[in-house]
Amino acid sequence: MSATAAVSDKAVDALLEKLEREAEASGYRLNPDREFARELVRSLLLNQERYGYWACPCRLAAGVKAEDLDIICPCDYRDADLNEFGACFCALYVSAEVAAGERPAASIPERRPPAAARRAARADGSLATPAGRLPLPVWRCKVCGYLCAREEPPGVCPICKAKKERFERFI
Amino acid sequence: MIPFTHVDGKNCGRIEFYGLSTCIWCRKTRQLLDRLGVAYDYVYVDLLSGAEQEKAMAEVRRWNPNESFPTVVFAGSSCVLGFDEAKIRAAVGQ
Ligand code: SF4
Repeated sequence: MSATAAVSDKAVDALLEKLEREAEASGYRLNPDREFARELVRSLLLNQERYGYWACPCRLAAGVKAEDLDIICPCDYRDADLNEFGACFCALYVSAEVAAGERPAASIPERRPPAAARRAARADGSLATPAGRLPLPVWRCKVCGYLCAREEPPGVCPICKAKKERFERFI
Repeated sequence: MIPFTHVDGKNCGRIEFYGLSTCIWCRKTRQLLDRLGVAYDYVYVDLLSGAEQEKAMAEVRRWNPNESFPTVVFAGSSCVLGFDEAKIRAAVGQ
């Protein structure tokens, strides 16, 4: 049996269109190579059947949701990879330049820490940070007030679509 | 034993391909190896379980501490990570 037999073309197209609409509405873009995007969406649906959630097609899922939360699509690493490389690890999501065909999407280095490092981070509960010290800077969209805690502001505000340069360091 | 599947072709030394059945860069890398017509052995780590999967991951980790796919090992002496056409061509001398 082929690994992709279980998912119908109709379901793939329906999800691709939904993701396209949602991406557009929130300032993200899908890979303009439609066949490429279709294959990834098919894999997401296949992983939905295998694991019960959209585990990233290009990463090894543990099959235990609590251990795979960071790689449920869209993954925790997407935005940083969009900023740095113009595409997420699978290249389902791409930057404006890639979407416009100004540069190709390529296979990029893995940003997700390896399994042993993830286990260690879970064990030491790195969320419990000392008061007054934040693990990440907080950015504020000066147009709509959207706040986010991450290394860098997003390329486009997911709420009002303001560009990255409209963000200020808030905390 | 890691349950590799063999693909026939021109002998360029042993080529071990570690991939995921759902991964698009793995697919592109296998398509490239097929186009180049070289013999290789592949395994989809996501289709393994238990001790077999652990064994395959230990091997991937040895070459690629980031544990990413595809990882392609050439003659037990070098490896190419991700879909990298130029490096794969160089590794098989094409
Ligand atoms: S790398 Fe891309 S396709 Fe994979 S989970 Fe992250 S956003 Fe989704």
